[in-house]
Parts: sequence; structure tokens; C-alpha cells
Amino acid sequence: MRGRPLLYTAYGQDMALLNTPGKRWWTLVLALAAITLPFMLEDDLLVVLATAFVAAIGAIGLNLVTGYAGQVSLGHAFFLAIGAYTAAALSGDPDSTRLIGFGITSLPIWLLAAGLVAGLAGLIVAPLAARLRGLYLAVVTLGLVFIGEHLFKHWRELTGGVGVGRPAAVPELFGLQFAVDGAFFTKAQKLYLLMFVLLVIFGVLARNLVRSRIGRALAAVRDRDLAAEVIGVDVTRYKMVAFAVSSFYAGVAGALLYVMIGFVEPGSFNLALSVQYIAMILVGGVATISGSVLGALFITLLPRVTRELPAVLPFVSSSSTAGGITVFQVEAILYGLLIIGFLIFEPRGLFGIWIRIRTYWKSWPFSH
Amino acid sequence: MNDLVATVVRGLGNGSIYALLALGFVIVYKSMRVISFAQPAFMMAGGVLVSHLVLQMNFFLAVVLALLLTGLLGVGVERVALRPMIGKPVFVIAIITLGVDVVIRTVVNSFIGVDIRQMGDPWGLKQLKVGSVTIDQRHLATLVTTLVVVAALFAFYRWSRTGLAMRAASSDQEVAQAQGVSVGGVFSLSWALAAMLAGLAGVFLSTGIGLEQNLWLTALKALPVIILGGLDSLGGAVVAGLSIGVVEALVGNYGGSVSPVFGGDFFLVVPYLLMLLVLLVRPYGLFGTREVERI
Repeated sequence: MRGRPLLYTAYGQDMALLNTPGKRWWTLVLALAAITLPFMLEDDLLVVLATAFVAAIGAIGLNLVTGYAGQVSLGHAFFLAIGAYTAAALSGDPDSTRLIGFGITSLPIWLLAAGLVAGLAGLIVAPLAARLRGLYLAVVTLGLVFIGEHLFKHWRELTGGVGVGRPAAVPELFGLQFAVDGAFFTKAQKLYLLMFVLLVIFGVLARNLVRSRIGRALAAVRDRDLAAEVIGVDVTRYKMVAFAVSSFYAGVAGALLYVMIGFVEPGSFNLALSVQYIAMILVGGVATISGSVLGALFITLLPRVTRELPAVLPFVSSSSTAGGITVFQVEAILYGLLIIGFLIFEPRGLFGIWIRIRTYWKSWPFSH
Repeated sequence: MNDLVATVVRGLGNGSIYALLALGFVIVYKSMRVISFAQPAFMMAGGVLVSHLVLQMNFFLAVVLALLLTGLLGVGVERVALRPMIGKPVFVIAIITLGVDVVIRTVVNSFIGVDIRQMGDPWGLKQLKVGSVTIDQRHLATLVTTLVVVAALFAFYRWSRTGLAMRAASSDQEVAQAQGVSVGGVFSLSWALAAMLAGLAGVFLSTGIGLEQNLWLTALKALPVIILGGLDSLGGAVVAGLSIGVVEALVGNYGGSVSPVFGGDFFLVVPYLLMLLVLLVRPYGLFGTREVERI
């Protein structure tokens, strides 16, 4: 069947994860490129990239509930926080008199626990969320962020308190320490590879979830929940599933995000963080897994790019004391304009741009 | 007892600020079915314009001019960012307003700077003694102004031709259009009104205490207010705004002694907790219209 890439002779071929030779080859090329990168790039860039991979896990989570299931959530920061604190508390120093700690530094244990506790929190919120629609839900999830922020600022035994914070979880796997420089790999290289592997695992899991029966049910709920109910989809149940799975991903991402920073501060889980994740899925592409990854890379790398601006544009300054506009202002404005611009001109996000390019080459030389 | 009265008046003063903001949210929601997350930006814009204009002119003149400019800004935003999105899902439009908010607020913040800006208002921190109760003049000024504005707004909706057109557009856009109502004009007007109400709230919020960058968070308290009152009820917005203001002031004053575990600033999250409680019982708020779903 060479030369006829879209000819399927069995149902399984059509449903395959990588159903065209193009997808198979490019996935391989991308994976190889991603694995060779840590040996070519500077450490500080690797840290940014690793952070972007973690953000991508969180963005996939938000995309599951907002993109696939259509349940607008502005409360992602709350679930990130739960994950971050569960992990930090589990792996924290058990002898500390100031902070809660259990001394379990094994990565799989605290990572799963972070996901599960956040997922449980999602399940608790879900029954309330399932009763609400659209913007009522958006405001309620926004309320969660504020209530959570208050709680985290005051629960000092868990969070260390405002301005003090606590160390993040210790990433350790079978005695291998990720957050310290080793004999062969630097800290940045190890963390990069760890986050890459985790992103691939969680990405493939999410991809499998959304192309299964559950994914189709979620899409039905998103498109018209009443119609979904009529054709036999248990709407309340699937809304709860969406919230739980999304929160699980958020918890995992929250735990890992602060491993990269090394430090958890209770004030950082605010509305701005939630909006950042919304921006990721909108810029990347709503209801696509690869779009979530693209968007997370884009938004996380944005500050890194704007920091180079003062060298190119003389009216942009790098500190707030000098005149002109600062890089932080440029960044904030860019960020807002990107959200507006993408939604008006390319609602399918970066993924949509990729689809356009692909369609162009597929149909070349005919434009339609 | 005197303490209680003073607290309630302070709550009513803050509550009227919430009510002004909430009215803006409700007006936009009634016309476009969208929550405009850009309200905090308009609130800050109104405040910062007044704080710059008072250096040149009388406070009241500055307020009027600043509100007109804020209204213009609202119309501009609606034209540029919202008009192309007609017919798109409301969630997408709401997120666009989030983007608008970030952009405008960054620009406005650069005019505020790191210091607190004074508003040059005639009240400042002056106090009034009624019997044995001391009341801040600015709270009274806010309350009275809000009541006047609300009365004017209700009269406008009830009796003017344009108000009728706005009510028609909010009940059914297509039918209104067929009857000769310019739905686009209604959108513009509702954004102008919302921006002006937010601007006014910003002015009153920062009189006395001054304007600083973090004040925008106060505007988000109008969100539990509109949920509590119901997204499409003007009366609900006023009632809920005033009651949340009073509850917040009462908890702020007496809550600390009752339960110190919640922290001294527990009153900050009271609006959100109240919102959750009400939604458990009534998913469309106290006065909101229950949506009837058909396939």
C-alpha cells in the first residue's frame, strides 16, 4: 500500500494513535530532537524549556475540562496549588517544627499523591459545578482561587506563610537525585529529561482519553449538554470526570512546576496564574493536546524573548527606574494582545495555523 | 450600638461601589450575554484620569470629564475587540475581555506608578458626627451618588426610547433588529454605560485613601455580587452589592473576635463564600432569570 498513506484496510488503522506515516516520522524526529537538545543548549534555556513542559501538563489538564468538556474554569491556579502543597508536604523534612513534612522524597509517590489529592478536590467541586452553566461557572471557579489564596496565606504550617513560603518537593527516583548537579549530567539537563519524559507520558494518556468513549462523551457535553443527555450521555457524571481528570493533571503540574523553581510561595497561586493557563490553551489551540503543548511552550518562552528586547528596541528598558516602558509592561501588553488577536483572527490557535499549512501542502497546487 | 450603625454605614458606602461595578457587569450581560472582565480596567482608568485631571481643574468637573473619556474608551474597546466576535461562543468573548483588561490595566498602571495618587476630592478623610455616630463623609457621598445614579438608570431603562430599545435587544436581538432597533448601537451604549459606572466606582473607591495599582482587585468583588443578585437583574445588582458591602463590614468588624482561626482579613473572602452558599440553593442567583433549555 505504499504511496497511499490515507488508505485504511482495517478499523484499527484508522483509530491508531499515529495513523499516518507522516505523523509517525515527525513524532520520531521531534522526539529525537527533544532528546538531543539538552546536549546542545545552555543550562538556563533548558530550565525554561523544562518549565514549559511542566506547564504543558497543566495546560493539557485545563484543555480537558475547558476545551473538550466545555466547562469554563478560571480556577486552575487553585488545583495547581493543591498539587504543589501536597507534594511539598509529603517530601518535606519530617523533623521540622515549623512546617508539615513526611520525608517521602520518592518522586512517583508524591507526584501521584499530588495528582490524586487535587483530583479529589476537583471531585468535591464538581457537583456544584455540574449544576451551573457557562459564565456562572467561570465566576464560581474564580471564587475558588480567592478562597484558596486566603486559605494558603493563613495555613502557615502547610505553606510557610506569605513572603516566607517553603521548599518544593525533592525530585528523587530510585536514589537518583534530579535537582543537584551529577557527575555526567547537570541539574538542568536531568530536570529537562525528566520533565520531557513525564510530558510524553501524560500527553499520550490524555490523547488516549480524548479519543475514547469518554472523550466523545465530553465533546457531546460541550457541544450541547441537553442533547447529550437525550442521547444517553450521563452529563453530570462526565462533567465530574472532566473536573477530576483536569484537576489531577493540574495537581501533577503544580507539584512539578515548583520543583523547577525550588520554592513554593502562597501568593503565587492567584488569578493571573489561572489566566496564564487560559492563554496557553487559547493560543495553542482549544480541544487539542498538541495545541496545549504548543501554547505552553509559547507562553512560557514569551518572557524569555521579551527580555532580549532592550538590546533591539532602545525605548524599552529592562528596569522600572529608567524611563520608557519596561520589559514587564511590554510582556503584559503582548500577552493581552495575543489573547485578543488569536481569538479574533485564529480561534483555533497555533494548532489551527499548523492545520492551514498542512492543508496548503496537501491540496497544492489547488487552493481548495 | 453606635459602633454598629457606623459599621453599617461604612458597609453601605463600600457596597455602593460594588453596586456601581455590578450594574456595569449586568448592563453588558443584558445586551451581549457576556461577563465583561474588563470592568477592573475601566475602574482604574476612571480613577487615574481624575487623579491627573484634578491637577488642572475642579474635582467635579474632572469627574465628569474623566467619565466621558472612560465611556469613550468603553465604546472603542467594544468596536475594536468585541464587535468582530458577534455570534461567537460567549466564553470566547469573555476571555477577550480578560485580554482587554490586561492591556488597558498595564497602560493605566504606568500612569499610576508605584506611589499612591491623591484624588483631590473635597471629602478626604473628613468625618461627620450625627448624634454620637461618626461617619466618613466619603461613604455618605458614595451612597448618595449611587442612589441618584441608580434612580436615573432605572428611569432611563423604564421610560426613555433608548432604554426601551436596550430592553428589546436584551430580550431578543433578532426580533429587536427587525423592529428597527440598532443592536450595534445598543452594544456601544451598554459598553459606554458600563465603563462610566466602573469609572465612577473607581473615583469613589480611591477618594480619601488614594489610588494605587492593587485597587483593581476590589472590582472583582463585583463578580460574587452579580452572581448573588443574578446576572441579568439590575435591581439584584444593587441589592446584592449593598448587602455584600454590609456583610463584609460586619464580618470585618466583629468576625475577628468570634473566630480568630480564619485570620483577621477573613472578610475579604466572605463575598465568595456567600456566593457559593447562594448558588447551592439557587443556581441563577436571587433575582436572576431561570433559563429554559430546549433542544
